[in-house]
Amino acid sequence: MQVSVYRYNPDVDEVPEMRTSALELPEGKDLMVLDVLELLKIEDPTLSYRRSCREGVCGSDGINMNGKNGLACITPVSQVAKRGKLVLRPLPGLPVIRDLVVDMSQFYRQYEKVDPFLQNDSPPPAQERLQSPEERAKLDGLYECILCACCSTACPSFWWNPDKFIGPAGLLQAYRFLADSRDTATAERLAKLDDPFSVFRCRGIMNCVSVCPKGLNPTRAIGKIRSLLLQQGT
Amino acid sequence: MDYFCTHRARCRCSGGVVVVTNVTSLTRSGLADFVVQRVSAVIIGLYALCVFGFFLANPNMSHGDLVGYFGSTTMQLFSTVTVLATVGHAWIGMWTIGTDYIQLHYFGEHATAFRFLYQSGCLLVLFVYAAWALPLFWGQ
Ligand code: SF4
Ligand code: SF4
Ligand code: FES
Repeated sequence: MQVSVYRYNPDVDEVPEMRTSALELPEGKDLMVLDVLELLKIEDPTLSYRRSCREGVCGSDGINMNGKNGLACITPVSQVAKRGKLVLRPLPGLPVIRDLVVDMSQFYRQYEKVDPFLQNDSPPPAQERLQSPEERAKLDGLYECILCACCSTACPSFWWNPDKFIGPAGLLQAYRFLADSRDTATAERLAKLDDPFSVFRCRGIMNCVSVCPKGLNPTRAIGKIRSLLLQQGT
Repeated sequence: MDYFCTHRARCRCSGGVVVVTNVTSLTRSGLADFVVQRVSAVIIGLYALCVFGFFLANPNMSHGDLVGYFGSTTMQLFSTVTVLATVGHAWIGMWTIGTDYIQLHYFGEHATAFRFLYQSGCLLVLFVYAAWALPLFWGQ
């Protein structure tokens, strides 16, 4: 297998480069891309990338594999390699710190903007705030996000205006709290989203949907936010 | 689908540089822009249907027929509304394109100046268009 990896160490390299190496993969096994990275790291310990859980839960190893974003740990090589070639790059659109490690500050800043926590102005009950099973069901497909940034960094609108467009990940979370029956800050949340960039830069390209490793649908959530804004505005 | 530049590591464009602002958007509200965009599209579509329908229904039309059709008060108002809808629709669209693509990534530090030029150009064209079209409908 030919593996080509984006390498850049700002302390020594003038410009980034794609470094290709031939790697013997064990026969009869479909490795995950993360396993390939681990094999490469045995050969060259300077190779840098993030990983932790190695089972698609922590969201730290989002990278771009043969042009498509995803989690290295749960993506089989057979699914992405083309003609015996595996091409690994960092997530697009974010500044590179080193090799496959990107600076996620911009992504988190957008996440922070949507106040991703429950707000409720009534005094807390003695035990917990209850929800009916139906109300709880509204959060399915929203709460599962692991903030891997695969979606936002695949979104052209986020590439062009990463400082103003909240991006699919942040907007999915914005809707997660708008849809929560226990949250009472709906009006304030919507008011913060009404400018021409935060939500309305989404052009429905749906790259986010096609890459989300958790199978979530940020475009639908964005559509729901738009409807809420419309309802509120009329 | 190799959609990004390998040299972006040296480009700190995603690092929070604020260059694009809201001030030149049509309404400054994303929702209002969104609604104007949709409503104006419907108006333009309806107008196109009416005018093409009129052409199709009158294959041998004379200049008099044309003047009669567009000279009715209803058509004068409809035409005016459509011209204004076109200007609004085009401005929102062009503004969006400009604020997406005229960025540091491509235009370097002069992006803001370029965008200003581009927006002025668009406004000028739209103004000339309206100034040319409106008197056509309201002239004698
Ligand atoms: S929505 Fe999906 S792709 Fe986006 S951050 Fe969440 S888990 Fe990752
Ligand atoms: S649907 Fe919207 S948020 Fe998703 S990739 Fe497209 S523009 Fe971005
Ligand atoms: S290592 Fe945790 S998601 Fe891949």
